[in-house]
Amino acid sequence: MRLVKTKDTPSLSFYTPLTEGGLKQPIIEGGISAGFPSPAEDFTEVSIDLNLELLKNPSSTFFCRVSGDSMQDIGIADGDLLIVDKSLEPKDDKIAVCFIDGEFTLKKIKLDKDCCWLIPANKNYKPIKVTSENEFIVWGVVTYAIKSY
Amino acid sequence: MFALVDCNNFYASCERVFNPALEGKPIAVLSNNDGCFIARSNEAKALGLPMGAPAFKYEAFCKANGIKVFSSNYPLYGDMSARVMQILSQFTPEIEIYSIDEAFLLLKGFDYVDLATYGKEMQQRVEKWTGIPVSIGIAPTKALAKVANKIAKKFKERTGGVHVIETAESITKALKWTQIADVWGIGRQHARRLEAVQVNTAYDFIKLPEDWVRKQMAVVGLRLQQDLKGIPTLGLEEGQKSKKGIATTRSFEGTLNSLPDLEERIATFANHCAQKLRAQKSAANVLMVFVRNNPFDPKVPRISKHIAIPLAYPTDSSITLGQVAIKGLRALYEAGVDYKKAGVMISGLVPVNGKQLDLFQREQPKHDALMAVMDKMNKRYGNALKVGNQDLQRTWKMKQEHLSKRYTTSLSEIITVSS
Repeated sequence: MRLVKTKDTPSLSFYTPLTEGGLKQPIIEGGISAGFPSPAEDFTEVSIDLNLELLKNPSSTFFCRVSGDSMQDIGIADGDLLIVDKSLEPKDDKIAVCFIDGEFTLKKIKLDKDCCWLIPANKNYKPIKVTSENEFIVWGVVTYAIKSY
Repeated sequence: MFALVDCNNFYASCERVFNPALEGKPIAVLSNNDGCFIARSNEAKALGLPMGAPAFKYEAFCKANGIKVFSSNYPLYGDMSARVMQILSQFTPEIEIYSIDEAFLLLKGFDYVDLATYGKEMQQRVEKWTGIPVSIGIAPTKALAKVANKIAKKFKERTGGVHVIETAESITKALKWTQIADVWGIGRQHARRLEAVQVNTAYDFIKLPEDWVRKQMAVVGLRLQQDLKGIPTLGLEEGQKSKKGIATTRSFEGTLNSLPDLEERIATFANHCAQKLRAQKSAANVLMVFVRNNPFDPKVPRISKHIAIPLAYPTDSSITLGQVAIKGLRALYEAGVDYKKAGVMISGLVPVNGKQLDLFQREQPKHDALMAVMDKMNKRYGNALKVGNQDLQRTWKMKQEHLSKRYTTSLSEIITVSS
Protein backbone atom coordinates (compact mmCIF):
# COMPACT_ATOMS: atom_id res chain seq x y z
CA MET A 1 0.00 0.00 0.00
CA ARG A 2 1.21 3.48 -0.74
CA LEU A 3 -0.05 6.97 -0.15
CA VAL A 4 -0.94 9.69 -2.60
CA LYS A 5 -1.08 13.26 -1.41
CA THR A 6 -4.49 14.61 -2.29
CA LYS A 7 -4.65 17.91 -0.43
CA ASP A 8 -2.34 20.33 1.27
CA THR A 9 -3.45 22.80 3.91
CA PRO A 10 -1.10 25.05 5.92
CA SER A 11 -1.30 22.76 8.92
CA LEU A 12 -2.03 19.32 7.49
CA SER A 13 -1.42 17.23 4.42
CA PHE A 14 -3.98 14.67 3.35
CA TYR A 15 -3.11 11.35 1.81
CA THR A 16 -5.20 8.66 0.19
CA PRO A 17 -4.02 5.09 0.25
CA LEU A 18 -3.79 3.25 -3.03
CA THR A 19 -4.36 -0.40 -2.59
CA GLU A 20 -4.58 -1.79 -6.10
CA GLY A 21 -1.81 -2.92 -8.39
CA GLY A 22 1.71 -3.94 -7.75
CA LEU A 23 3.28 -7.30 -7.35
CA LYS A 24 1.90 -9.64 -4.77
CA GLN A 25 3.79 -11.47 -2.09
CA PRO A 26 5.62 -14.35 -3.75
CA ILE A 27 4.28 -17.78 -2.96
CA ILE A 28 6.78 -20.00 -1.31
CA GLU A 29 6.29 -23.47 -2.64
CA GLY A 30 7.63 -25.08 0.48
CA GLY A 31 4.77 -27.51 0.93
CA ILE A 32 5.15 -30.48 3.16
CA SER A 33 8.27 -32.45 2.52
CA ALA A 34 10.44 -34.81 4.39
CA GLY A 35 13.62 -32.75 4.05
CA PHE A 36 14.64 -29.48 5.58
CA PRO A 37 12.32 -26.52 5.11
CA SER A 38 13.89 -23.72 3.09
CA PRO A 39 15.96 -21.50 5.37
CA ALA A 40 14.93 -18.52 3.20
CA GLU A 41 11.26 -18.94 4.00
CA ASP A 42 11.32 -16.59 6.97
CA PHE A 43 12.98 -13.85 4.96
CA THR A 44 10.58 -13.55 2.08
CA GLU A 45 10.35 -10.07 0.61
CA VAL A 46 8.40 -8.63 -2.27
CA SER A 47 10.37 -8.33 -5.52
CA ILE A 48 11.30 -4.84 -6.65
CA ASP A 49 8.40 -3.38 -8.56
CA LEU A 50 9.17 -0.48 -10.87
CA ASN A 51 5.50 0.34 -11.18
CA LEU A 52 5.41 1.11 -7.47
CA GLU A 53 8.65 3.05 -7.67
CA LEU A 54 8.07 5.12 -10.80
CA LEU A 55 4.28 5.53 -10.91
CA LYS A 56 3.57 7.43 -7.72
CA ASN A 57 0.01 8.11 -8.80
CA PRO A 58 -1.16 5.64 -11.46
CA SER A 59 -4.54 7.33 -12.09
CA SER A 60 -2.87 10.52 -13.27
CA THR A 61 0.25 9.04 -14.87
CA PHE A 62 0.72 8.82 -18.62
CA PHE A 63 3.61 7.90 -20.91
CA CYS A 64 5.03 10.01 -23.73
CA ARG A 65 7.76 9.47 -26.30
CA VAL A 66 10.35 12.21 -26.95
CA SER A 67 11.05 13.35 -30.46
CA GLY A 68 13.85 15.92 -30.91
CA ASP A 69 16.97 17.15 -29.14
CA SER A 70 16.03 20.45 -27.49
CA MET A 71 16.42 18.96 -24.00
CA GLN A 72 19.64 17.03 -24.62
CA ASP A 73 21.79 19.04 -22.17
CA ILE A 74 19.80 17.76 -19.23
CA GLY A 75 19.95 14.24 -20.58
CA ILE A 76 16.62 13.84 -22.34
CA ALA A 77 17.23 12.58 -25.86
CA ASP A 78 15.27 11.65 -28.92
CA GLY A 79 13.33 8.41 -28.37
CA ASP A 80 13.35 8.51 -24.57
CA LEU A 81 10.26 7.36 -22.72
CA LEU A 82 8.79 9.91 -20.32
CA ILE A 83 6.65 9.29 -17.28
CA VAL A 84 4.28 12.23 -16.94
CA ASP A 85 2.09 12.97 -13.94
CA LYS A 86 -0.85 15.26 -14.63
CA SER A 87 -1.64 15.69 -10.94
CA LEU A 88 1.54 17.66 -10.20
CA GLU A 89 1.56 21.46 -10.18
CA PRO A 90 3.78 23.09 -12.77
CA LYS A 91 6.44 25.03 -10.88
CA ASP A 92 9.64 26.82 -11.78
CA ASP A 93 12.31 24.49 -13.16
CA LYS A 94 9.93 21.58 -13.59
CA ILE A 95 10.16 19.78 -16.91
CA ALA A 96 6.72 19.69 -18.43
CA VAL A 97 4.83 18.38 -21.41
CA CYS A 98 3.13 21.50 -22.73
CA PHE A 99 0.61 21.99 -25.46
CA ILE A 100 1.21 25.21 -27.31
CA ASP A 101 -0.55 26.37 -30.46
CA GLY A 102 -1.55 22.93 -31.60
CA GLU A 103 1.54 20.94 -30.66
CA PHE A 104 2.97 19.02 -27.74
CA THR A 105 6.39 20.24 -26.66
CA LEU A 106 8.79 19.32 -23.88
CA LYS A 107 10.50 22.19 -22.03
CA LYS A 108 11.54 23.49 -18.64
CA ILE A 109 9.10 25.95 -17.12
CA LYS A 110 10.01 29.42 -15.83
CA LEU A 111 7.20 31.54 -14.46
CA ASP A 112 7.49 35.30 -14.93
CA LYS A 113 5.25 38.17 -13.87
CA ASP A 114 2.63 38.03 -16.59
CA CYS A 115 4.00 35.35 -18.84
CA CYS A 116 5.67 31.97 -18.76
CA TRP A 117 8.90 30.88 -20.43
CA LEU A 118 9.56 27.51 -21.94
CA ILE A 119 13.28 26.97 -21.62
CA PRO A 120 15.09 24.45 -23.84
CA ALA A 121 18.26 22.66 -22.73
CA ASN A 122 20.19 23.05 -25.97
CA LYS A 123 21.90 26.25 -27.06
CA ASN A 124 20.62 25.82 -30.62
CA TYR A 125 17.08 26.51 -29.44
CA LYS A 126 15.59 29.74 -28.14
CA PRO A 127 13.33 30.07 -25.11
CA ILE A 128 9.67 30.41 -26.02
CA LYS A 129 7.66 33.19 -24.43
CA VAL A 130 4.09 32.22 -23.66
CA THR A 131 1.53 34.97 -23.24
CA SER A 132 -2.23 35.08 -23.09
CA GLU A 133 -2.15 35.29 -26.91
CA ASN A 134 -1.07 31.66 -27.13
CA GLU A 135 -3.28 28.64 -26.89
CA PHE A 136 -1.38 26.99 -24.07
CA ILE A 137 -1.76 24.31 -21.43
CA VAL A 138 0.71 22.53 -19.20
CA TRP A 139 -0.42 19.00 -19.95
CA GLY A 140 1.63 17.23 -17.28
CA VAL A 141 4.85 17.30 -15.31
CA VAL A 142 7.65 14.87 -16.18
CA THR A 143 8.73 12.71 -13.24
CA TYR A 144 11.12 10.28 -14.94
CA ALA A 145 12.81 9.75 -18.29
CA ILE A 146 13.68 6.22 -19.28
CA LYS A 147 16.30 5.52 -21.89
CA SER A 148 17.44 2.38 -23.54
CA TYR A 149 21.14 1.71 -24.20
CA MET B 1 -26.62 11.90 0.61
CA PHE B 2 -25.84 10.57 -2.84
CA ALA B 3 -23.69 12.07 -5.57
CA LEU B 4 -24.04 11.26 -9.22
CA VAL B 5 -20.84 11.99 -11.10
CA ASP B 6 -21.15 12.04 -14.86
CA CYS B 7 -18.33 12.62 -17.35
CA ASN B 8 -19.22 15.32 -19.85
CA ASN B 9 -19.42 13.94 -23.42
CA PHE B 10 -17.09 11.20 -22.23
CA TYR B 11 -15.85 9.71 -25.53
CA ALA B 12 -15.28 13.13 -27.05
CA SER B 13 -13.50 14.26 -23.88
CA CYS B 14 -11.17 11.22 -24.00
CA GLU B 15 -10.18 12.13 -27.56
CA ARG B 16 -9.54 15.72 -26.51
CA VAL B 17 -7.22 14.81 -23.63
CA PHE B 18 -4.70 13.48 -26.14
CA ASN B 19 -5.52 15.98 -28.84
CA PRO B 20 -6.10 19.28 -27.00
CA ALA B 21 -6.37 21.15 -30.31
CA LEU B 22 -9.90 19.71 -30.50
CA GLU B 23 -10.97 21.72 -27.45
CA GLY B 24 -14.08 23.68 -28.42
CA LYS B 25 -14.30 21.96 -31.82
CA PRO B 26 -17.15 19.65 -32.87
CA ILE B 27 -16.37 15.93 -32.43
CA ALA B 28 -18.46 12.84 -33.09
CA VAL B 29 -17.72 9.20 -32.29
CA LEU B 30 -18.96 6.21 -34.29
CA SER B 31 -20.18 2.83 -33.06
CA ASN B 32 -18.26 -0.41 -33.59
CA ASN B 33 -17.60 -0.90 -37.28
CA ASP B 34 -18.19 2.80 -37.94
CA GLY B 35 -21.92 2.17 -38.22
CA CYS B 36 -23.61 5.17 -36.67
CA PHE B 37 -22.95 8.11 -34.38
CA ILE B 38 -23.04 7.19 -30.70
CA ALA B 39 -21.45 10.24 -29.09
CA ARG B 40 -21.29 13.90 -29.96
CA SER B 41 -19.58 16.86 -28.35
CA ASN B 42 -21.80 19.83 -27.47
CA GLU B 43 -20.54 21.63 -30.56
CA ALA B 44 -21.56 18.73 -32.81
CA LYS B 45 -24.98 18.60 -31.13
CA ALA B 46 -25.43 22.30 -31.72
CA LEU B 47 -24.69 21.81 -35.41
CA GLY B 48 -27.62 19.42 -35.55
CA LEU B 49 -25.89 16.05 -35.94
CA PRO B 50 -28.52 13.57 -34.69
CA MET B 51 -27.72 10.79 -32.21
CA GLY B 52 -27.72 7.36 -33.82
CA ALA B 53 -27.48 8.78 -37.33
CA PRO B 54 -25.93 6.36 -39.85
CA ALA B 55 -22.35 7.38 -40.62
CA PHE B 56 -22.55 7.25 -44.41
CA LYS B 57 -25.58 9.54 -44.52
CA TYR B 58 -23.78 12.27 -42.61
CA GLU B 59 -20.31 11.97 -44.08
CA ALA B 60 -20.73 15.06 -46.25
CA PHE B 61 -22.48 16.92 -43.43
CA CYS B 62 -19.55 16.33 -41.07
CA LYS B 63 -17.06 17.41 -43.69
CA ALA B 64 -18.99 20.56 -44.52
CA ASN B 65 -19.33 21.52 -40.85
CA GLY B 66 -15.82 20.59 -39.80
CA ILE B 67 -16.97 17.86 -37.42
CA LYS B 68 -14.02 15.62 -36.54
CA VAL B 69 -15.18 12.00 -36.67
CA PHE B 70 -13.64 9.16 -34.64
CA SER B 71 -14.12 5.40 -34.63
CA SER B 72 -14.85 4.20 -31.12
CA ASN B 73 -11.64 3.51 -29.25
CA TYR B 74 -12.80 1.34 -26.36
CA PRO B 75 -9.31 0.46 -25.07
CA LEU B 76 -8.77 4.19 -24.51
CA TYR B 77 -12.24 4.95 -23.12
CA GLY B 78 -12.10 1.93 -20.81
CA ASP B 79 -8.73 2.91 -19.38
CA MET B 80 -9.73 6.54 -18.87
CA SER B 81 -12.96 5.41 -17.22
CA ALA B 82 -11.03 3.21 -14.77
CA ARG B 83 -8.83 6.18 -13.84
CA VAL B 84 -11.85 8.42 -13.21
CA MET B 85 -13.53 5.75 -11.06
CA GLN B 86 -10.31 5.16 -9.09
CA ILE B 87 -10.08 8.86 -8.29
CA LEU B 88 -13.76 9.04 -7.30
CA SER B 89 -13.31 6.13 -4.93
CA GLN B 90 -10.84 8.29 -2.98
CA PHE B 91 -13.79 10.43 -1.90
CA THR B 92 -15.97 7.71 -0.41
CA PRO B 93 -15.62 3.99 0.16
CA GLU B 94 -19.10 3.37 -1.24
CA ILE B 95 -19.32 3.75 -4.98
CA GLU B 96 -21.49 2.21 -7.66
CA ILE B 97 -20.02 2.31 -11.16
CA TYR B 98 -23.22 2.83 -13.07
CA SER B 99 -21.82 2.94 -16.58
CA ILE B 100 -18.55 3.67 -18.37
CA ASP B 101 -18.94 7.38 -17.61
CA GLU B 102 -21.21 7.56 -14.56
CA ALA B 103 -20.94 6.64 -10.90
CA PHE B 104 -23.13 6.99 -7.85
CA LEU B 105 -21.31 7.81 -4.63
CA LEU B 106 -22.85 7.33 -1.22
CA LEU B 107 -21.79 10.16 1.08
CA LYS B 108 -22.57 8.85 4.53
CA GLY B 109 -21.39 10.67 7.64
CA PHE B 110 -20.67 13.93 5.84
CA ASP B 111 -22.93 15.98 8.11
CA TYR B 112 -20.26 18.56 8.87
CA VAL B 113 -18.90 18.79 5.37
CA ASP B 114 -20.04 21.39 2.90
CA LEU B 115 -21.06 19.10 0.05
CA ALA B 116 -20.91 21.76 -2.64
CA THR B 117 -17.26 22.36 -1.77
CA TYR B 118 -16.62 18.64 -1.59
CA GLY B 119 -18.20 18.17 -5.01
CA LYS B 120 -16.08 20.98 -6.46
CA GLU B 121 -12.99 19.28 -5.07
CA MET B 122 -13.99 16.00 -6.72
CA GLN B 123 -14.62 17.73 -9.99
CA GLN B 124 -11.30 19.57 -9.91
CA ARG B 125 -9.29 16.51 -8.98
CA VAL B 126 -10.78 14.35 -11.74
CA GLU B 127 -10.25 17.06 -14.33
CA LYS B 128 -6.71 17.90 -13.21
CA TRP B 129 -5.55 14.31 -12.94
CA THR B 130 -7.16 12.90 -16.08
CA GLY B 131 -8.26 15.85 -18.19
CA ILE B 132 -11.87 14.61 -18.15
CA PRO B 133 -14.50 17.22 -17.16
CA VAL B 134 -17.34 15.94 -14.97
CA SER B 135 -20.69 17.22 -13.70
CA ILE B 136 -21.89 16.35 -10.23
CA GLY B 137 -25.36 16.28 -8.70
CA ILE B 138 -25.73 15.80 -4.95
CA ALA B 139 -29.04 15.04 -3.22
CA PRO B 140 -30.64 12.90 -0.50
CA THR B 141 -31.51 10.03 -2.91
CA LYS B 142 -30.22 8.49 -6.12
CA ALA B 143 -33.14 9.64 -8.25
CA LEU B 144 -32.76 13.21 -6.94
CA ALA B 145 -29.00 13.10 -7.49
CA LYS B 146 -29.80 12.35 -11.14
CA VAL B 147 -32.07 15.40 -11.23
CA ALA B 148 -29.41 17.56 -9.54
CA ASN B 149 -26.85 16.35 -12.07
CA LYS B 150 -29.06 17.38 -14.95
CA ILE B 151 -29.40 20.86 -13.46
CA ALA B 152 -25.65 21.09 -12.88
CA LYS B 153 -25.09 20.35 -16.57
CA LYS B 154 -27.89 22.46 -17.98
CA PHE B 155 -27.01 25.60 -16.02
CA LYS B 156 -23.26 25.21 -16.15
CA GLU B 157 -22.51 28.94 -16.01
CA ARG B 158 -24.38 29.27 -12.75
CA THR B 159 -23.55 25.95 -11.10
CA GLY B 160 -20.01 25.44 -12.35
CA GLY B 161 -21.02 21.85 -13.00
CA VAL B 162 -21.79 20.98 -9.37
CA HIS B 163 -25.28 21.26 -7.92
CA VAL B 164 -26.63 20.25 -4.51
CA ILE B 165 -30.33 19.92 -3.76
CA GLU B 166 -31.06 19.31 -0.14
CA THR B 167 -33.79 21.53 1.31
CA ALA B 168 -37.47 20.81 0.69
CA GLU B 169 -37.77 24.00 -1.36
CA SER B 170 -34.83 23.21 -3.60
CA ILE B 171 -36.18 19.68 -4.14
CA THR B 172 -39.62 21.01 -5.11
CA LYS B 173 -38.12 23.57 -7.42
CA ALA B 174 -35.95 20.95 -9.13
CA LEU B 175 -38.83 18.50 -9.53
CA LYS B 176 -41.07 21.16 -11.05
CA TRP B 177 -38.34 21.91 -13.57
CA THR B 178 -37.84 18.24 -14.57
CA GLN B 179 -39.97 16.98 -17.44
CA ILE B 180 -41.49 13.56 -16.79
CA ALA B 181 -39.83 12.02 -19.86
CA ASP B 182 -36.44 13.07 -18.48
CA VAL B 183 -36.89 11.33 -15.13
CA TRP B 184 -34.37 8.55 -14.59
CA GLY B 185 -36.09 5.17 -14.82
CA ILE B 186 -39.23 6.37 -16.60
CA GLY B 187 -39.27 4.85 -20.04
CA ARG B 188 -40.86 6.31 -23.12
CA GLN B 189 -44.05 4.31 -22.71
CA HIS B 190 -44.61 5.26 -19.09
CA ALA B 191 -43.84 8.87 -19.93
CA ARG B 192 -46.47 8.87 -22.65
CA ARG B 193 -49.01 7.29 -20.36
CA LEU B 194 -48.26 9.78 -17.58
CA GLU B 195 -48.46 12.75 -19.91
CA ALA B 196 -51.88 11.51 -21.01
CA VAL B 197 -53.12 12.05 -17.44
CA GLN B 198 -51.50 15.49 -17.20
CA VAL B 199 -48.45 14.32 -15.29
CA ASN B 200 -45.91 16.50 -17.06
CA THR B 201 -43.18 17.02 -14.50
CA ALA B 202 -41.46 14.99 -11.81
CA TYR B 203 -43.34 17.14 -9.29
CA ASP B 204 -46.71 16.05 -10.75
CA PHE B 205 -45.46 12.47 -10.48
CA ILE B 206 -44.67 12.57 -6.76
CA LYS B 207 -48.15 14.03 -6.11
CA LEU B 208 -49.82 10.94 -7.61
CA PRO B 209 -51.51 8.62 -5.11
CA GLU B 210 -49.26 5.68 -4.25
CA ASP B 211 -52.02 3.18 -5.09
CA TRP B 212 -52.28 4.52 -8.60
CA VAL B 213 -48.52 4.35 -9.12
CA ARG B 214 -48.34 0.81 -7.80
CA LYS B 215 -51.17 -0.27 -10.05
CA GLN B 216 -49.87 1.40 -13.18
CA MET B 217 -46.14 1.04 -12.75
CA ALA B 218 -45.74 -1.78 -10.24
CA VAL B 219 -43.40 -1.69 -7.29
CA VAL B 220 -40.55 -0.34 -9.40
CA GLY B 221 -42.53 2.84 -10.08
CA LEU B 222 -43.45 3.15 -6.46
CA ARG B 223 -39.85 2.89 -5.32
CA LEU B 224 -38.88 5.53 -7.84
CA GLN B 225 -41.64 7.81 -6.54
CA GLN B 226 -40.40 7.41 -2.96
CA ASP B 227 -36.86 8.17 -4.06
CA LEU B 228 -37.99 11.32 -5.86
CA LYS B 229 -39.87 12.41 -2.74
CA GLY B 230 -36.52 12.37 -0.99
CA ILE B 231 -37.02 9.13 0.94
CA PRO B 232 -33.94 7.00 0.23
CA THR B 233 -35.31 3.82 -1.33
CA LEU B 234 -32.85 2.88 -4.03
CA GLY B 235 -29.51 1.81 -2.58
CA LEU B 236 -26.12 1.48 -4.14
CA GLU B 237 -25.54 -1.61 -6.19
CA GLU B 238 -21.95 -2.39 -5.55
CA GLY B 239 -19.75 -4.80 -7.35
CA GLN B 240 -20.18 -5.99 -10.88
CA LYS B 241 -23.77 -6.84 -11.56
CA SER B 242 -24.42 -10.01 -13.48
CA LYS B 243 -25.90 -9.04 -16.79
CA LYS B 244 -29.43 -10.15 -17.55
CA GLY B 245 -28.74 -10.65 -21.22
CA ILE B 246 -25.63 -10.85 -23.35
CA ALA B 247 -25.40 -9.95 -27.01
CA THR B 248 -22.76 -9.91 -29.70
CA THR B 249 -23.87 -8.19 -32.87
CA ARG B 250 -21.86 -6.78 -35.72
CA SER B 251 -22.34 -4.94 -38.98
CA PHE B 252 -20.23 -6.50 -41.70
CA GLU B 253 -17.75 -4.42 -43.55
CA GLY B 254 -19.31 -5.44 -46.86
CA THR B 255 -22.23 -7.81 -47.11
CA LEU B 256 -22.34 -11.59 -46.74
CA ASN B 257 -24.63 -13.87 -48.71
CA SER B 258 -23.24 -17.39 -48.50
CA LEU B 259 -24.48 -19.65 -45.74
CA PRO B 260 -21.01 -20.97 -44.75
CA ASP B 261 -19.72 -17.40 -44.30
CA LEU B 262 -22.67 -16.48 -42.14
CA GLU B 263 -22.39 -19.70 -40.17
CA GLU B 264 -18.82 -18.89 -39.33
CA ARG B 265 -19.80 -15.42 -38.11
CA ILE B 266 -22.74 -16.67 -36.07
CA ALA B 267 -20.63 -19.41 -34.48
CA THR B 268 -18.05 -16.80 -33.53
CA PHE B 269 -20.71 -14.54 -32.00
CA ALA B 270 -22.13 -17.47 -30.05
CA ASN B 271 -18.67 -18.35 -28.79
CA HIS B 272 -18.20 -14.72 -27.75
CA CYS B 273 -21.43 -14.76 -25.78
CA ALA B 274 -20.48 -18.09 -24.19
CA GLN B 275 -17.14 -16.66 -23.08
CA LYS B 276 -18.86 -13.68 -21.48
CA LEU B 277 -21.35 -16.04 -19.83
CA ARG B 278 -18.63 -18.15 -18.29
CA ALA B 279 -16.78 -15.06 -17.12
CA GLN B 280 -19.79 -14.05 -15.05
CA LYS B 281 -20.56 -17.65 -14.05
CA SER B 282 -24.00 -17.80 -15.62
CA ALA B 283 -25.76 -20.18 -17.96
CA ALA B 284 -28.38 -19.28 -20.57
CA ASN B 285 -31.86 -20.63 -21.16
CA VAL B 286 -32.67 -18.87 -24.42
CA LEU B 287 -30.63 -18.08 -27.50
CA MET B 288 -31.71 -15.65 -30.19
CA VAL B 289 -30.23 -15.19 -33.65
CA PHE B 290 -30.96 -12.25 -35.90
CA VAL B 291 -29.94 -11.25 -39.40
CA ARG B 292 -30.75 -8.25 -41.53
CA ASN B 293 -29.82 -6.66 -44.79
CA ASN B 294 -28.94 -3.02 -45.32
CA PRO B 295 -32.06 -1.02 -44.40
CA PHE B 296 -30.69 2.04 -46.19
CA ASP B 297 -30.47 0.34 -49.57
CA PRO B 298 -33.50 1.64 -51.48
CA LYS B 299 -33.18 -1.00 -54.22
CA VAL B 300 -34.08 -4.01 -52.12
CA PRO B 301 -36.85 -4.67 -49.61
CA ARG B 302 -35.86 -4.57 -45.98
CA ILE B 303 -35.23 -7.96 -44.49
CA SER B 304 -34.86 -8.33 -40.78
CA LYS B 305 -35.53 -11.66 -39.14
CA HIS B 306 -34.93 -13.22 -35.82
CA ILE B 307 -35.57 -16.49 -34.08
CA ALA B 308 -35.52 -17.28 -30.38
CA ILE B 309 -34.66 -20.82 -29.42
CA PRO B 310 -35.31 -22.08 -25.91
CA LEU B 311 -32.48 -24.30 -24.77
CA ALA B 312 -33.21 -27.77 -23.45
CA TYR B 313 -31.12 -27.03 -20.38
CA PRO B 314 -29.20 -23.99 -19.16
CA THR B 315 -25.76 -23.99 -20.69
CA ASP B 316 -22.57 -21.98 -20.93
CA SER B 317 -20.86 -24.25 -23.44
CA SER B 318 -19.42 -22.66 -26.57
CA ILE B 319 -20.08 -25.91 -28.41
CA THR B 320 -23.77 -26.21 -27.52
CA LEU B 321 -24.50 -22.52 -28.01
CA GLY B 322 -22.66 -22.53 -31.33
CA GLN B 323 -24.66 -25.53 -32.59
CA VAL B 324 -27.97 -24.02 -31.55
CA ALA B 325 -27.09 -20.66 -33.09
CA ILE B 326 -26.25 -22.29 -36.41
CA LYS B 327 -29.50 -24.21 -36.35
CA GLY B 328 -31.28 -20.89 -35.83
CA LEU B 329 -29.37 -19.24 -38.65
CA ARG B 330 -30.29 -22.02 -41.08
CA ALA B 331 -33.95 -21.44 -40.27
CA LEU B 332 -33.61 -17.73 -41.09
CA TYR B 333 -31.29 -17.89 -44.07
CA GLU B 334 -32.52 -17.06 -47.56
CA ALA B 335 -30.26 -17.40 -50.56
CA GLY B 336 -29.76 -14.25 -52.60
CA VAL B 337 -30.02 -11.80 -49.71
CA ASP B 338 -27.04 -9.57 -49.00
CA TYR B 339 -26.80 -9.62 -45.24
CA LYS B 340 -25.32 -6.55 -43.59
CA LYS B 341 -25.66 -7.30 -39.91
CA ALA B 342 -26.15 -10.32 -37.68
CA GLY B 343 -26.05 -11.13 -34.04
CA VAL B 344 -26.50 -13.64 -31.27
CA MET B 345 -28.24 -12.79 -28.04
CA ILE B 346 -28.64 -14.98 -25.01
CA SER B 347 -31.00 -14.44 -22.14
CA GLY B 348 -32.79 -16.20 -19.33
CA LEU B 349 -29.55 -16.28 -17.44
CA VAL B 350 -29.16 -18.30 -14.25
CA PRO B 351 -26.18 -18.73 -11.99
CA VAL B 352 -24.13 -21.79 -12.94
CA ASN B 353 -24.41 -23.44 -9.56
CA GLY B 354 -28.20 -23.29 -9.88
CA LYS B 355 -28.31 -24.96 -13.29
CA GLN B 356 -31.34 -27.15 -13.59
CA LEU B 357 -30.56 -30.46 -15.19
CA ASP B 358 -33.09 -31.85 -17.57
CA LEU B 359 -34.20 -35.33 -16.61
CA PHE B 360 -33.54 -36.87 -20.00
CA GLN B 361 -31.42 -34.50 -21.98
CA ARG B 362 -28.33 -33.83 -20.02
CA GLU B 363 -25.58 -31.54 -21.01
CA GLN B 364 -22.37 -33.25 -21.95
CA PRO B 365 -20.55 -32.98 -18.62
CA LYS B 366 -17.32 -33.12 -20.57
CA HIS B 367 -18.02 -29.63 -21.87
CA ASP B 368 -17.43 -28.03 -18.49
CA ALA B 369 -13.87 -29.28 -18.23
CA LEU B 370 -13.21 -28.51 -21.89
CA MET B 371 -14.50 -24.95 -21.59
CA ALA B 372 -12.40 -24.34 -18.48
CA VAL B 373 -9.27 -25.36 -20.39
CA MET B 374 -10.30 -23.29 -23.40
CA ASP B 375 -10.83 -20.15 -21.34
CA LYS B 376 -7.51 -20.60 -19.58
CA MET B 377 -5.59 -21.11 -22.83
CA ASN B 378 -7.30 -18.18 -24.51
CA LYS B 379 -6.53 -15.94 -21.59
CA ARG B 380 -2.90 -16.86 -21.69
CA TYR B 381 -2.30 -17.00 -25.41
CA GLY B 382 -4.91 -14.53 -26.63
CA ASN B 383 -7.81 -16.33 -28.31
CA ALA B 384 -5.68 -19.20 -29.55
CA LEU B 385 -8.44 -21.80 -29.30
CA LYS B 386 -11.59 -21.64 -31.33
CA VAL B 387 -14.54 -23.93 -31.77
CA GLY B 388 -14.58 -26.10 -34.90
CA ASN B 389 -17.22 -24.08 -36.70
CA GLN B 390 -15.13 -20.93 -36.47
CA ASP B 391 -12.75 -20.07 -39.25
CA LEU B 392 -9.11 -20.35 -38.21
CA GLN B 393 -7.59 -18.60 -41.19
CA ARG B 394 -9.81 -15.69 -41.68
CA THR B 395 -9.47 -12.73 -39.41
CA TRP B 396 -12.44 -10.43 -39.42
CA LYS B 397 -11.46 -6.92 -38.89
CA MET B 398 -13.73 -4.26 -37.61
CA LYS B 399 -14.12 -1.26 -39.80
CA GLN B 400 -12.34 1.51 -37.94
CA GLU B 401 -11.32 4.14 -40.40
CA HIS B 402 -11.12 7.03 -37.99
CA LEU B 403 -9.46 5.32 -35.05
CA SER B 404 -7.34 7.38 -32.67
CA LYS B 405 -4.41 5.74 -30.93
CA ARG B 406 -4.49 3.61 -27.80
CA TYR B 407 -2.59 6.31 -25.92
CA THR B 408 -2.81 4.65 -22.52
CA THR B 409 -2.74 0.92 -23.18
CA SER B 410 -0.15 0.39 -25.90
CA LEU B 411 3.42 1.60 -25.53
CA SER B 412 3.85 1.93 -29.29
CA GLU B 413 0.89 4.31 -29.52
CA ILE B 414 1.64 6.81 -26.74
CA ILE B 415 1.73 10.51 -27.54
CA THR B 416 4.87 11.95 -29.07
CA VAL B 417 6.16 15.18 -27.61
CA SER B 418 8.57 17.18 -29.68
CA SER B 419 11.52 18.64 -27.91
